[in-house]
Amino acid sequence: MEEETDEALLAGLAEDLDAGFHRLVRDHEPLVHSVVLRASGRPEEAEDLAAETFLRAYRALRGYDRARILALRLKPWLLTIALNTWRNAARDASRRPHHVPVATLPERLHEGPGVEELVESGESQRELGALLADLPQAQRTAVVLRHVAGLSMTEVAAVLGCPEGTAKSHVSRGLRRLRLLCADGPPPTALPEPTGRRDRR
Amino acid sequence: MTTDGSDPLARALGELLAAPPTSLVDRVFSRWIRVPGPIGELYVASTDRGIDCVLPAECAPGGSAEFLAHYRDLRGRPLLPAERPPAGLLPALRKGSARSLRFDLDGLSQFDREVLAVVLRIPSGQTRPYSWVAREVGRPSAVRAVGSALVRNPVPVLVPCHRVTRAGGVLGEYVFGTPMKESLLRAENLDLEEVRSLARARVHFLGSDTTGIVCFPTCHHARRITAPHRRGFRSVEQAADAGYRPCRHCRPGPVDQPA
Repeated sequence: MEEETDEALLAGLAEDLDAGFHRLVRDHEPLVHSVVLRASGRPEEAEDLAAETFLRAYRALRGYDRARILALRLKPWLLTIALNTWRNAARDASRRPHHVPVATLPERLHEGPGVEELVESGESQRELGALLADLPQAQRTAVVLRHVAGLSMTEVAAVLGCPEGTAKSHVSRGLRRLRLLCADGPPPTALPEPTGRRDRR
Repeated sequence: MTTDGSDPLARALGELLAAPPTSLVDRVFSRWIRVPGPIGELYVASTDRGIDCVLPAECAPGGSAEFLAHYRDLRGRPLLPAERPPAGLLPALRKGSARSLRFDLDGLSQFDREVLAVVLRIPSGQTRPYSWVAREVGRPSAVRAVGSALVRNPVPVLVPCHRVTRAGGVLGEYVFGTPMKESLLRAENLDLEEVRSLARARVHFLGSDTTGIVCFPTCHHARRITAPHRRGFRSVEQAADAGYRPCRHCRPGPVDQPA
């Protein structure tokens, strides 16, 4: 089902790049946004990083011929660009002192929930997201690609540019550590406690 | 989605997949539209930050496809048709002043942006020399660099680089050719014949002997001077020697701050 959708998207891109890209953004913005959000742990930057990812993807696609477009593994390809975009931004930010010009500070123009509330729709997700941010970077990225983005282990390894065994070990260590962190702090409500009787606490 | 869907932790992680608070489509895609301009129609494209590309329709004989290709090469961004023109665009085109519009000039150098900001202030129906623009950006010797910056202007007509001319009444170069520069200026009711006959008489500045103020000949204030009181000058220095001070609106020379 998913594969078919990606094939249709790629065929659309090969046919009419801009129209096809519109469908690509609509279909895959949750994927790209979630991965840069969880990899960076910074909700205030995630939207910029996701938009930048799509622009880079578009610029790359402009240089690809039809055969190359049709042969793309869409999700791993997009997420490779997403992680590169995030790493570049993180490297640039570390080179110069962080400052936000007053003129570009986001204004709350809309009524209703702010960015954070919209990003984190529930308490449990907020807590799990926070715990994820505590993982070492390699483990966090691998866990996000495997379990948030739902890539296969082969695809995770391709995106990370490492052997599959290494990717596997990052994911399993990351999960083990997450379980420990869950046990330490208040457990995310979505996760049943080991006893399965959390309402007795 | 994951192979071990039975694991509650993996399942909870899968639920972290969430759409951004607002769709990224408007952040990623530019919008384009064709609108009536001062001479023929204009193609206009804008990002979520402002207008970033203008092309007169007559410069795109291949129609919208040619404009879209031009835009993608220039900006490397995908495009969708806009439902309506960017806010304020049509009034700005009617008035001949785009000072209230938002522009996205992200790809340009600081110098180019400063040049365009100065040119944006030149009122409709008036012209200024390249050397004036150079002085106004604080680089009086960068006259040629100003010319190059204007050739790179991605938003012509709106940022009126057609109002920047060579000294001596010659219109000079234009991105879309001198004939279009002339048509644009005539559409703004500039009397090119008068400008040229003054230039032939080596009159580059006009002063009023009642106010003692000297202007560029196309300045709104210069055009109000009645013939008996009109004095012509070759240079601002010559006018200054005769006791005239530069106009504070068209700023033909360094202007003293009002006391």
